[in-house]
Parts: sequence; structure tokens; C-alpha cells
Amino acid sequence: MSTAYEEALARFEPVFGLETHVELGTVSKMFCGCSTTFGAAPNTHTCPTCLGLPGSLPVTNAVAIESTIRIGLALHCTIASWCRFARKNYFYPDMPKNFQISQYDEPLCVEGYLDVEVEGEVVRVEIERVHLEEDTGKSLHVGGSTGRIHGATHSLVDYNRAGIPLVEIVTKPVPGTGALAPEVARAYVTELRETLRALNVSDVRMEEGSLRCDVNLSLNAIGAAEWGTRSETKNVNSLRSVERAVRSEIERQADVLSSGGRVKQETRHFHEDSGLTTSGRSKEQAEDYRYFPEPDLVPIAPPAEWVEELRATLPELPFDRRRRLRDEWAISVLEMQAALNAGAVGSIEATVALGVPARDAYKWWMGELARQANERSVEVSELPVTPEQVARIVALIAEGKVNDKLARQVLDLVIAGEGSPDEVIAAHGLAVVSDDGALGAAIDEAIAADPDAAQKVRDGKVAAAGALVGAVMKLTRGQADAARVRELVLEKLGASG
Amino acid sequence: MTELTRLSAAQAAALIASGEVSAVELTTAHLDRIGAVDGSLHAFLHVDTEGALAAAAAVDAKRAAGQHLGPLAGVPLALKDVLTMEGVPTTCGSKILEGWRPPYDSTVVRKLREADVVILGKTNMDEFAMGSSTENSAYGVTHNPWDLDRIPGGSSGGSSAAVASYEAPLAIGTDTGGSIRQPAAVTGIVGVKPTYGGVSRYGLIAFSSSLDQAGPFARNVYDAALLHAAIAGHDPMDSTSIDAPVPDVVAAALQADIRGLRIGVVRELNGEGYDNGVRQRFSEAVALLGELGASVGEVSCPHFDYAMPAYYLIAPSECSSNLARFDAMRYGLRIGDDGTRSAEEVMAITRAAGFGAEVKRRIMIGTYALSSGYYDAYYGSAQKVRTLITRDFTAAFEQFDVLISPTTPTTAFRIGERTDDPLKMYLADLDTIPSNLAGNASMSVPCGLSPDDGLPVGLQVMAPAMADDRLYRVGAALEAALNERRGHLLLEEAPAL
Amino acid sequence: MPSITRADVAHLARLSRLALSDDELDQMAGQLEVIISSVARVSEVADADVPPTSHSVPLTNVFRPDELRPCLTPEAALAGAPATEDQRFRVPRILDEE
Repeated sequence: MSTAYEEALARFEPVFGLETHVELGTVSKMFCGCSTTFGAAPNTHTCPTCLGLPGSLPVTNAVAIESTIRIGLALHCTIASWCRFARKNYFYPDMPKNFQISQYDEPLCVEGYLDVEVEGEVVRVEIERVHLEEDTGKSLHVGGSTGRIHGATHSLVDYNRAGIPLVEIVTKPVPGTGALAPEVARAYVTELRETLRALNVSDVRMEEGSLRCDVNLSLNAIGAAEWGTRSETKNVNSLRSVERAVRSEIERQADVLSSGGRVKQETRHFHEDSGLTTSGRSKEQAEDYRYFPEPDLVPIAPPAEWVEELRATLPELPFDRRRRLRDEWAISVLEMQAALNAGAVGSIEATVALGVPARDAYKWWMGELARQANERSVEVSELPVTPEQVARIVALIAEGKVNDKLARQVLDLVIAGEGSPDEVIAAHGLAVVSDDGALGAAIDEAIAADPDAAQKVRDGKVAAAGALVGAVMKLTRGQADAARVRELVLEKLGASG
Repeated sequence: MTELTRLSAAQAAALIASGEVSAVELTTAHLDRIGAVDGSLHAFLHVDTEGALAAAAAVDAKRAAGQHLGPLAGVPLALKDVLTMEGVPTTCGSKILEGWRPPYDSTVVRKLREADVVILGKTNMDEFAMGSSTENSAYGVTHNPWDLDRIPGGSSGGSSAAVASYEAPLAIGTDTGGSIRQPAAVTGIVGVKPTYGGVSRYGLIAFSSSLDQAGPFARNVYDAALLHAAIAGHDPMDSTSIDAPVPDVVAAALQADIRGLRIGVVRELNGEGYDNGVRQRFSEAVALLGELGASVGEVSCPHFDYAMPAYYLIAPSECSSNLARFDAMRYGLRIGDDGTRSAEEVMAITRAAGFGAEVKRRIMIGTYALSSGYYDAYYGSAQKVRTLITRDFTAAFEQFDVLISPTTPTTAFRIGERTDDPLKMYLADLDTIPSNLAGNASMSVPCGLSPDDGLPVGLQVMAPAMADDRLYRVGAALEAALNERRGHLLLEEAPAL
Repeated sequence: MPSITRADVAHLARLSRLALSDDELDQMAGQLEVIISSVARVSEVADADVPPTSHSVPLTNVFRPDELRPCLTPEAALAGAPATEDQRFRVPRILDEE
């Protein structure tokens, strides 16, 4: 924590809230039968309905409703017995109808919570609502230097994304986290993402935009009854950015307030490179969206039996699963947390399922592989190495065919795409040299090169064998089994120990 | 033989099925009629000569191949320019959609094509269906075939004038506050607003989503029934469409026996502000219904007095949202894009230039009524009035099988007479609005010519939701009795064009 | 009953993206005032215990299966566009962030 941060927290209490938008992984769009696949050529997934052509009408995607209810159930929400869609009216070129079909005062799910673990403590983040809406198209701003709106001469709009089902999950304001606010915020988004993955309702890739976060933050003077003015930060595109955005806003707002200024109610834009937020649109005059019930759609009244059927389809939730695995693997809360943050839990679990001892599985995924993933700026689970391959390596170490150092080299090559562990070992000659005859030659060379050390060993100073072992390891490029080398050196020199 | 354009739809279909007349011959006769009189009437915005002749030729080919022809095969029809037809210009009577060709068919058009109906072209209308005289069209007013100095009603004035002038035996209009029934009344033909949800709104360019319904125009009740049956039915593309069998309107039109039927005259829908001529013909028709064996009584629906203000809050509110999509970004008019202006500016300039005064007024009223702080007093209250009106209907329908009233307080007024007074213009919808608010089925059937000005008077029949067949039973009975007295269809007294 | 001023009309025009002329603003203020006054009486009968009706049709739970349906070709989608570039809708520079 920087001094500025510490100072901020000495005077103020941060209250944050998160609004998360999740693109559902349905086959077709929310209100029409167009495809939702990512990355298609522009305007190739459109129809009269998602283009908002005159005369078009929406018809609700049943699976989108199901998924939203399942999300609500997983978040311990109450599912509405009757609710409606509403029109949110505003003009913007990426919105074909210049209104968005969303939900206003009748969301599908309300009043839930998500428990997250931060530094060994459980924090309950309360959920205010979960509702369904349609996504907008995408604009490319042309002519400016940054590709953003400022300075653009015109924009190009692609409506492929328009109409994709979007679930909006809104937390209640979260007070009382103090200095850990950034971590709690990050933990919440992480846990939410894991939960959504477990439900199989979305591929939740922040970098592809199927999981989007807006961070709300206000500062209360410690002990004050009234809550401070809140800012909203958009363009928060990764878990790390969530944490940084919260931290950055705490510092910025504290700075403003400490110098006697007033925090503006506004929308801010998060910048990946600087970790700072800049001012966007002022929300001083809140937009009047003139919500009214969507007349082209009829109300949704999920029968209780259907909700219970959906409840029965819920998988073991990640929070509960991690608790169970922690016990099974005998690792600490913090170790599990680290694994979650690295996105490694699934890989470890799969490796253990192949018979690898949990501690070994954990060590490899959270050690060497986490390091490799970090270097490549990907998640551990995205590395081109499988639990089967890791299991094989652990088995080879146990057999004595490779040692730790060699195993790391093997992994390197597997990740580089050169083949399976066995193939790579054979191709590069990475096996431990265990042939005593081959070792004998190296030992003789080492003894000849260091007669002093050899003499000390003969004289009973067994510790001096270390230098000779080291020399042999060097000669064999680390491919000797160090313990065996030591045995042979001592044997040769007529010592024991 | 009867001149081809004087045939009813049923007669025309029979002649085509028997081979006495070819569909191409029939369509050509109607295209010629349009050519002869539409210069004075201006009922059509676009005549699709090629498309119509091709469709007619296809019917002839089907007949020649011995394939089965439906009850309306080969019959020409005029389509209100508010319904999409792939590749054919659709303007909604507005400059903002000038030249727009939809890439898809509305469900109504799809069903008409499936029924082998020949669509002659798109008819004039008040801009975005807002109006009662077709004077709000950006493309010029349509003239009433009975008196070219008078309005044909609105907003479906073009469709009504087309049928009343023998340009087509059938037409489709849409009715949000009376826009089928009122034009039918002032041009002396039959017009029906089906139960809300009875006809798909997919491809019906929305004015007020919870009130809009497409419906038939015809010169007699049986023809209207045939058209109603062809376009009604559940549509999975429209979430508000009713998933139940269509009431058997054709059988009801044939049955036409109202002995023992309980008919209630709505007290609140008559009185001050109604032409004497209208009141006279209406009460004569009421007496006639009694003579035909119905038991006629009076009923009070006290909240009907609040129907107009409720409508003039709900419809503008929904339309302010529905019309937001016309923003110069994806289709339609774009004005003011000189390379320096922003999207926001271009939107505002285009909309101000592309929308007429009435549309702008209603957008503003709607925006106001939905604004935060005003929602409860205006839109919210109007939705409550809707409940009260529905309850009035429910109570009335416990005592009576159908309710009746004049369709509109006056005969056709002069072009230009009410254009300076929006509120006076709105009064034309006094009788028709309650059915839109409650979602009931309602029909206007000619009941005589006013003794004061010789212009047509319409009688409105209202039936409970899903009881559309009752409309046809009563309408057919009244029509038959009036024809017997007159010796001919009332329409035949219209001056020659 | 609030009366509608020219400033109110200007605000509504901004909200609905209508660039009204000064004359229009003047005229509209008067017209809107008259209309809003005449419709305001809905609140007379809108008691608290009367539920609002948003749909005259008593349907609920209308869904469609999560299946693909044919969509428009990009040519058809862009056909009516005032301007296109790189198979996208080309629009003037946008001021507002979102």
C-alpha cells in the first residue's frame, strides 16, 4: 500500500458497488434467432428484429430466462413470481431502436448474496438484483488518434452484438471493507466468474467482453452518517483492473475531498496503462430514461415447479467446492485463494483425479506453471499443457527418470508445442543419466580435475564430496541423479557415508 | 356481366375459380380503374403493377394446373402503407421513410400471398397512423369518393377510399383509435378492428403497440369475413398474438340471424356534438335491429368519458418510443450531414424535417407523459383508466352480447376544416377508442345516408375479445335488412367518379 | 397543473431529438398546453387501488426455443443505409460517451 492509500484510509471509509454484465452463451439472441458467435464479419448476424427495422417485434429466448433464473438461484436470490420487461429510452447509434429492452422496477431475481474469501476471512457481498436485457451493437470510432470518441470524424457501427442476451447483476453497496476494498471487489468478480462458469451459462471472458464490470465507489468520512457521492468507472476489463480501479478511485476521491473539493457524480473511464481513471460523461443531470412496461412482450411468470426444477440443475457452487477440495487436498485457505486467483483450481483438480498427490499437483500448477502463465500473460488453465502431461511428469520424477530441474525443462518444451513429455525427453536427451558406467566416466573426470577434494574424501572428510558431485552434475548437464553420484563418488574413493 | 370492378370479392373469386374470368383480366381491370380515378382520389401512394400482374398470372397458372384455389384467390387488394412488403416502397405516409424498401414481408402480407390475394399497391394514410382524416400524410390528402372536397377518414383513408371507389374490392387498414372503423363509416363501407392479438403485428410499423391492430375493409360483411379469416391467427413472431383458433367469422356472416341476441346501446357514446343526421340514422338502425328479433336495451359505461384522454396519453407515449428508431442512422431520410455535424445533430435535424406537425406533437406529448415526475399522473393514470374501461365492458357484456353506437359523431367533414384544431380532430375517435383500450373486437357497418348532407353514416358493433364472430352476425343481419329496404347496397348511391 | 413553457418544450424536443424551429417551439407550447390540460383529468379516476393495464391480452410466458433462424445478408441489412463503410453503417461523429 502506498502512503497516499494509507492516508486515504485513515480519513475515509470506502463503499463500493459492482454492476456486472454477463453475455449469456445462448445459441441465438435474446429476442430473435440470429447467431451469437463472437468474431463474425460485421453485420452478418442481423435480422429485422435485432436491427430494429420498422415493424419488427421481439420474442423472448426461453433459455435466456432459464439461465437468468439459475444465476439468481446460485446467488441465493428470490425469483419473481411475475415480472415484465421495460423499455429504457435513450438515443445512441449502437442501439437500433433507440430504446433498450431491459427490466426496471420488476427484475427477475432480487435479494441474494455471494460469499467471497479474502485473506482467510469470508465477506458476504449482498446482491440487490439480477435482470435480463439486450446488448447493443458495437461502434468503431474513426479518425481520432486513440480510436476513442474524442477526435473521431465518424463512426462505423456493427449490429452483430445487438440483441445478445445480457444479464445484469448489481450488488448492494459494500461498506466495511476498509483497506481491503480493492481485494474484496476483485474477489467478488472472481467468485462470480467461477460461479457463472460452473453454471455453464456464459464463457465469461473479460477480454472478449462476455463479462463486463462497472465499478462504483464513494468515500464516507469516517463516522459520518451520510454516504459520499459516488462515481462510476467503466472499461474495467480484467480482474486486476477491478482491483486497481477501486484503489485508484479511493486515492483520487480522497485527494479531492482532502483538498476541500467535491466529488462529482460522474462516469469515469479506466485506463489499463496508467491504472488511473479519467472523467467521462457527467452524471450530474441523470438521464431520464422514461421507463415503461414493454408493450410488445407479455409478462414472465415462472411457475414455482419450474423454478424448483431449475434449482435441481445447479451444480456444486465454486465456494462450496473449494471448501471441499481444501479439506481433501489439505491446503490452507490462503493457498486455495492463490489457486483461485490464478485460475488453477480446475487444473489441479483434474491432475489429482489422475492419481497425482495433491501437494505435488498444487506445487507444479502453482509453482512452475503459474510462473510460465504469468510470463505469457495468460491464465494457468490457458497454457497448452494438460493435467495428463503434468501427471506424467510427476510419475517420471517418482520413477527417477527425471529430476526437478529436468522436469522444468521438459515442461518448457511441452508448452512450446514440441510434444508430450516422453517425446520431448527422448528428442532432447533429457533423461536422468542413471547408467553407472556413463556416470563412472564423469566421476573419474571430476576426481582427476579436483585431486584435493578427492584426497579429503579419502581422508574421511565426506563433506568434500559435495564439490565432486557438483562437478559431475555440471559435466552431465544436470542429468545425473545427484544422490546416486554421491554414492558412487564415495564408493570410488573408498569412503562411506 | 357486371363490370369486373363492381364484383364483390366472393363473386370475383368464384368467377376465377370457375375459369370464367382470369385473374390477370380482373387485376388489369382494377389497375385500369386506378388509372382512371386515382388522379382525383389519391388513394394510392404506390401501385405495384408488375408485382400484381405477376401474382395474378401465378393464380391463373395454378388454376390451369388444377391446383386448389382458396376462397380469395386472385382477388385484388389495397394495402395500407404501414405494413411491410419485401422490396416494395413503404412510407407510412411520412417523408422520413421516403424510398425505403423493407427486406421482409409482414405476416399479414405473407398470409395474403399464401391466400393468393393480389396486392395492387400501397395506400395513403395519416403519417404513422396518427390522424382521422389522412390530411396528415406527407404525400397529400386522399379524397372521399362521395365528395372530393371531403376527407375519407383516417388514418386508413387511402384503403377505405380505394374500396369505396371500386379500385379494389378489398383492403387492409390498421386501427389504433378507430382508424379502420371511422374511414369505413364516412365512406360507406365495412371496416373491422379484430380482437387485439387476433391478427399478427409482425411487420406492422408500430404507432401504439398495445392498441394497433390490422383489419379488413370490404364493401359487404361477407367479403370482410373472408378477408378477416385469411389474415387472422396466431403468429410465433408476435408475442402478443393470441394462440387460439380464430372465431368462425365466415360462418357467422352467413348465419346473420340475430333473433334473441341481446344488444346494448351505450349511453355515453351519443349526444352532444353528434350530427343530427348521424343520430337519426343510428336510431333507425337500432329500431331495425329490434324488428329483426334482437332484444335491444341501453347500458351505461361511465368511464368511457375518460377514454379519449387516456388514449391521447397512452398512444403518444408508446409512439414517442416506437418512433425513436427513425434517426437517420440505418435507413430512411438523412439530412444535415455535412461532415462537421455530430450524429446527435443530424438525428435532430432529420427528425424535425422528416416528421410532420401531428407526429411531432404526439412525440412530445408522449415524452412528457413518460417523464420522471409525470409518469404517475399521466401515463400511469391512463393505464388505470384502461382497467376501468375494460371493467365497464365486462359488466356490460354480462347483460348484452354486443354493444352498439354510432361509429363516429359526424359524417365526412371538409378537407381543411379541422386541421388547425388538433383537439377537434381527435373528437372523431370518441366512439371507437374504448374498444382499442380494452382490446375488444369492433366493426363499422353502413347504416344509411345522412338526411342532412347525403353522406354515409356508420353503426359500430362491439363484441367481447375473441367473439369477433358476433360482429359479423349482427353486421350481416343489419346489412341484409337495409339492402332489402333500399333494394341495393348503400354504396351504389355514391356519385360516379 | 403545471403549465408548459417554451423552455419545457425545448427540453422535450431535446429529449426526443427534434430540432424544432423557434416558430415551432412557440406554436407547440400553446398546443401542448391545451392537449395536456384536456388529458390531465385521467388522474381524477385513477385511484390507488385500480391496477394499471399494460396488456389487454392476458398472456404470460410467451417464449421461443433457443434456435437459429435465417438472418439477413449483410447486403440486405445495409440496403437502406444512408452511408456505409467496410460493411458497417457509417454514422456522423458521436458526441456522447457510452
